[in-house]
Amino acid sequence: MPDYETHDYDVVVVGAGGAGLRAAIEASAQGAKTALVCKSLLGKAHTVMAEGGIAAALGNVYSEDNWQVHFRDTMRGGKMLNNWRMAELHAREAPERVHELERWGALFDRTKDGRISQRAFGGHRFDRLAHVGDRTGLEMIRTLQQHAVHKGIDVFMECTISRLLKDGDRISGAVGYWRESGSVIVFRAKAVVLATGGIGKAWKITSNSWEYTGDGHSLAHWAGADLIDMEFVQFHPTGMVWPPSVRGILVTEGVRGEGGTLTNSEGERFMFRYIPEFFRAETADTVEEADRWFQDKNNNRRTPDLLPRDEVARAINAEVKAGRGSPHGGVYLDIASRRSAEEIKRALPSMYHQFKQLADVDITTTRMEIGPTCHYMMGGVRVDADTAASTVPGLFAAGEVAGGMHGANRLGGNSLSDLLVFGRRAGLSAAEYAKSLASAPRVNPQEADAVARELAAPFERDGESPYAVQRDLQSAMQELVGIIRTQPELEEALQKIQELKERAQHAGVEGNRQYNPGWHLALDLQSLLTVSEAVTRAALERKESRGAHTRDDFPKTEPEWGKVNIAVRQGPSGTMTIQKEPLPQMPGELAALLEEKK
Amino acid sequence: MAEVTMRIFRGNANGGEFVDYTVEAPEGQVVLDVIHTVQATLANDLAVRWNCKAGKCGSCSAEVNGKPRLMCMTRMNLFPPGEPIAVAPIKTFPLIRDLVTDVSFNFAVAKEIPAFKPRPPEADGTYRMMQVDVDRGQEFRKCIECFLCQDVCHVIRDHPENKERFFGPRFFVRLAELEMHPLDMEDRTELIRKAAGIGMCNITKCCTEVCPEDIHITDNAIIPLKERVADRYYDPFRWIFGKLTGK
Repeated sequence: MPDYETHDYDVVVVGAGGAGLRAAIEASAQGAKTALVCKSLLGKAHTVMAEGGIAAALGNVYSEDNWQVHFRDTMRGGKMLNNWRMAELHAREAPERVHELERWGALFDRTKDGRISQRAFGGHRFDRLAHVGDRTGLEMIRTLQQHAVHKGIDVFMECTISRLLKDGDRISGAVGYWRESGSVIVFRAKAVVLATGGIGKAWKITSNSWEYTGDGHSLAHWAGADLIDMEFVQFHPTGMVWPPSVRGILVTEGVRGEGGTLTNSEGERFMFRYIPEFFRAETADTVEEADRWFQDKNNNRRTPDLLPRDEVARAINAEVKAGRGSPHGGVYLDIASRRSAEEIKRALPSMYHQFKQLADVDITTTRMEIGPTCHYMMGGVRVDADTAASTVPGLFAAGEVAGGMHGANRLGGNSLSDLLVFGRRAGLSAAEYAKSLASAPRVNPQEADAVARELAAPFERDGESPYAVQRDLQSAMQELVGIIRTQPELEEALQKIQELKERAQHAGVEGNRQYNPGWHLALDLQSLLTVSEAVTRAALERKESRGAHTRDDFPKTEPEWGKVNIAVRQGPSGTMTIQKEPLPQMPGELAALLEEKK
Repeated sequence: MAEVTMRIFRGNANGGEFVDYTVEAPEGQVVLDVIHTVQATLANDLAVRWNCKAGKCGSCSAEVNGKPRLMCMTRMNLFPPGEPIAVAPIKTFPLIRDLVTDVSFNFAVAKEIPAFKPRPPEADGTYRMMQVDVDRGQEFRKCIECFLCQDVCHVIRDHPENKERFFGPRFFVRLAELEMHPLDMEDRTELIRKAAGIGMCNITKCCTEVCPEDIHITDNAIIPLKERVADRYYDPFRWIFGKLTGK
């Protein structure tokens, strides 16, 4: 019989990035006894790496901006596949969430009249991103962390959740392990909020850290919840490409927001050749207009360098393929010839620092070499827009792990605001749900025991290293399920994932349970493989190109496919099933906003 | 591609030793890359903390050839070729395993600092602050909590018993940030004097030198806080005035 400690809570929040912290703050404020469980130390979650800013129609720089324009930009950026209600709530509530951060101590960059400054970003009609230089994520996570510290929330740091527990059809808790000691921990909980972030560690070139192994997506899937939009994985157009060890590290879109341009080996600003029909009316078609736009957004159209990320990533991919790339297989991002050294250091201090230290490149005098990097998962747990409730009673999801908000492609800046808006809503709803339960759900000790035994299994095997399995999975996903996809390659990927699942079953680990990364990875492989399969199956199913999902064999965007989400769920025997589901219907007055020009 | 030997501390609270690992290190790598190569190929259970690998999260602090650094921002070409590179855990905090230490002291101190308390907003419910007034606070808020300043601070590095009555440079930065925040109304001077123990800092500036974010910890945070304490408690005119008026 395995040994473990047990804790009782109303609400357990899994993940302590922006969404998890905001959810825990809200659940606690509602009087729920709240636990915050995170894989890393507090304040180290992925949110800390966010650079550019928080999108919110504050109207501080352009008074013409409002939630309706933000809603329209978000829906168009997502190629109209977004859950309309999430996009509406997000656009309406983001400004209040930003002001709230300021009331909690955040120090944003200011306008001349002392209000929160806002910067330009891809796909946004007006300057909309509240920011602090290029370290906005740090400001946000520190503000939330410092606010949460005084709210009586119990924080379980370096603690990984491995399975959710259910009592009948509803959530009853979760089982995990302490990374430090390797001992098992069981939470009995009325409600669980998933705020675990993304899945980028399944790819080789990624801006994501070791934590991003799709835990929340997999926990939800194994617990019977629906996932949607899993085919939509965002490749950020600008990751570092040289030296090889830094390949994939993010270069903020803020570089282009501050005036930076993309050029190829011939010195051409090539994005003017890649303006899609869908955005033609709102995009500048001359260099002169594009440059004027930085000073006057009302009378000029947006530079194509700031088209949504899916468009820019595909264009860079095409330029490199056509032989017009940089020496190390990227293209150039130039801010040096566009802004003074002083301006660059003021607006982009951490980019300056990052290139100087990691690549020996001074971005105030030299062009950067950049290329696409796996960055963000649009797909995730299907949730109710207003309550963030999943299809399993007692299970809620917010932030990157939730699906629907961003449709087929997320706009830059919309993720930090998403975390705040839906983190708060998830915490609120989870607390209300917990209060509404007549009796606490029961945890079946045998179920918890079974998980505890499963966690110990890698020590009893003497198969290959889990690092070898992860490396081969990353290569397969990079080569076969990347920016451009085809049916034969996706089928090959599925085949490889099946083989890797088999290998993962046999992967063994050395040493003991105390802070053992090899063991942690052996366990993480299960979720990495689950999300990889979900992405590949959904990508195989969607026979069109839309947003971040590009099929070489189905290059057109098909109106019929614009009416459905692809849902992934667990079949009766644990197999993965795929189903097309109709998109929620948007009310007429919102649909009308999308028709208006500009 | 060059071969390098990493001399890595392996062990836990019960003891340990440096173990040599020789691996390939391609051009441009940082120390953390090489540690990862060792982990993936020779020692799957090598314990190390890391997250962003871009100098933004402050997780991978260690002592490389005796000098406290972020492993993700330390290029291998900094070191002479052919010689082993020693990597040890930061010294000021108790060892958990290999390169991972127990930094819970810092999270406990954070709880003791009274929260931000803003003044009431403008009529429209928001605030106005000028950039020049937030510049100083923004410098302090660049802190990524790598705790390297805590690691090098003699007050706690050489005298662990002082941890009971000394917050350390990281939290002087935090206190300075709150005290100089244009909106904050809380008074933390007594805490800075007594519980935080600012008088024990003798301004050797080791914290400033090690800070990977180039925060001027000593000049901009600690000295102004010391001055506030001196003004409040050690100003002779104020002392006489207090004696005479009973205030």
